Amino acid sequence: MAYAAKLIDYFENPRCVGEIENADGVAQVSNPVCGDVMKLWLKVDADKIIDAKFKAQGCSAAIATSSYATEMIIGMNLKQARTITKEHIADALGGLPGSKMHCSVLACDAIREALKGFA
Amino acid sequence: MQRIYLDSNATTPVRPEVVAAMLPVYTEDYGNPSSIHWFGQRAKALMDDARAQVARLVNAETSEIVFVSGGTEADNLAIRGIAESQKSKGHHIITSSIEHHAVLHTCRDLEKLGYEITWLRVSADGLVDPEDVRRAIRPDTILISVMHANNEIGTIQPIEEIGKIAEAADVYFHSDGVQSTGKILVDVKKLKVDLYSISAHKIHGPKGVGALFIKKGSVVKPLLTGGGHERNRRSGTENVAGIVGFGVAAKMAREGLGSEMTRVKELRDRLESGLKKNIDLIRVNAENAPRLPNTSNIMVDFAEGEGLVISLDLKGIAVSTGSACSSGSLEPSHVLTAIGKTPDEAHGSLRFSLNSMNTEQDVDYVVEVLPRIVDRLRELSPYYKRA
Repeated sequence: MAYAAKLIDYFENPRCVGEIENADGVAQVSNPVCGDVMKLWLKVDADKIIDAKFKAQGCSAAIATSSYATEMIIGMNLKQARTITKEHIADALGGLPGSKMHCSVLACDAIREALKGFA
Repeated sequence: MQRIYLDSNATTPVRPEVVAAMLPVYTEDYGNPSSIHWFGQRAKALMDDARAQVARLVNAETSEIVFVSGGTEADNLAIRGIAESQKSKGHHIITSSIEHHAVLHTCRDLEKLGYEITWLRVSADGLVDPEDVRRAIRPDTILISVMHANNEIGTIQPIEEIGKIAEAADVYFHSDGVQSTGKILVDVKKLKVDLYSISAHKIHGPKGVGALFIKKGSVVKPLLTGGGHERNRRSGTENVAGIVGFGVAAKMAREGLGSEMTRVKELRDRLESGLKKNIDLIRVNAENAPRLPNTSNIMVDFAEGEGLVISLDLKGIAVSTGSACSSGSLEPSHVLTAIGKTPDEAHGSLRFSLNSMNTEQDVDYVVEVLPRIVDRLRELSPYYKRA
């Protein structure tokens, strides 16, 4: 298998799955290339992300990167969350095959989109 | 972990009898079949036996079997060989939109070289309409190439009818028989094909060897020039051990066509009915079309194919998918697209392809494991609402 053990772990046992009622920020983004989709819910207090949950339909890399990114941003301030890159996520999961790099873009896009309404 | 192999349209395990026949060819009967001494003639005799077995599997004459490196080379030799030898007659080729890449990309390449290709559409079940072939034929048509059985969905094309049309129009007819050979009865005379591609590793033979049936009298320009092996149709010292293994695999495939393939079909049907019973929102592609006995292609709504394949792999089950997420090109399967599936539908496709070594336990294990995997992935989907 072309995936690192950590990515497989996040695919098999994804963290932060679900929805948040009365979320402060919500975004649904899809990948026009392959059709994968991710929906992200955020709870924001002042300048800080205090909770985040996601749902995704896509390949193992899409699900793992979505889960990892969602878990990662909890506790971050908005500026930190906005600076997360696809490389951060991919590297943290042990790297992604070249053809799968676009999967981690999905999570970055979702974070930025969900934070759009915030200063 | 228990490992279950259900990806036999990709490749098959080599039968022990095949390996046993091949090994002495490397160490004892290692002569070059072109040599006139004892060693060479011994290798040639083994190769002749194998050629007879492969010929018998498809009801060809032994002189009509040309050994090549595999299905891809067979397709290339057939298509490029005819395109080149017939170019003074015309530059028009007819093929289908669901061919294997070995045919598809070869035809696309010929398009760039100035040949004109008619890409026949297929029905929702993946069938070519022979009338479409008849209508597409022009005075400058030099070749028709339609696969016998599709590798992804298993649809069996009306080759005999197309063969009659090709014969009446006096146009060369090639069929890619890589998936059909050894799984259904193949008779090149009855099918009226001029060229027919076969691969050894799809029928429990070794990789790296295949054959092209070239009907007597057909003019095919060789791809490889050199010592004039294979009656000047394919130069290069033959892969004798591989060919010997191919011969044994062909013999065993012919002997198993009735009994083994009936059992494989029962297993496939057991798999499909089990999955349909235990998973909602799934469909079987080309379910009502003439289909290979070993192939099942299903579409699962609200789950993605690559994720399904990886999840099954983690449970020891090997299958494949036509999802864009599993292809390097990020394009969904051209076959599923051609039968009218949207990229979203192709996204959730799974292909199971069985062989005669599979058991009821294998199939029952999939039926037990897959519903839980589908449930888990659907729970993650933002689109899915539990009924």
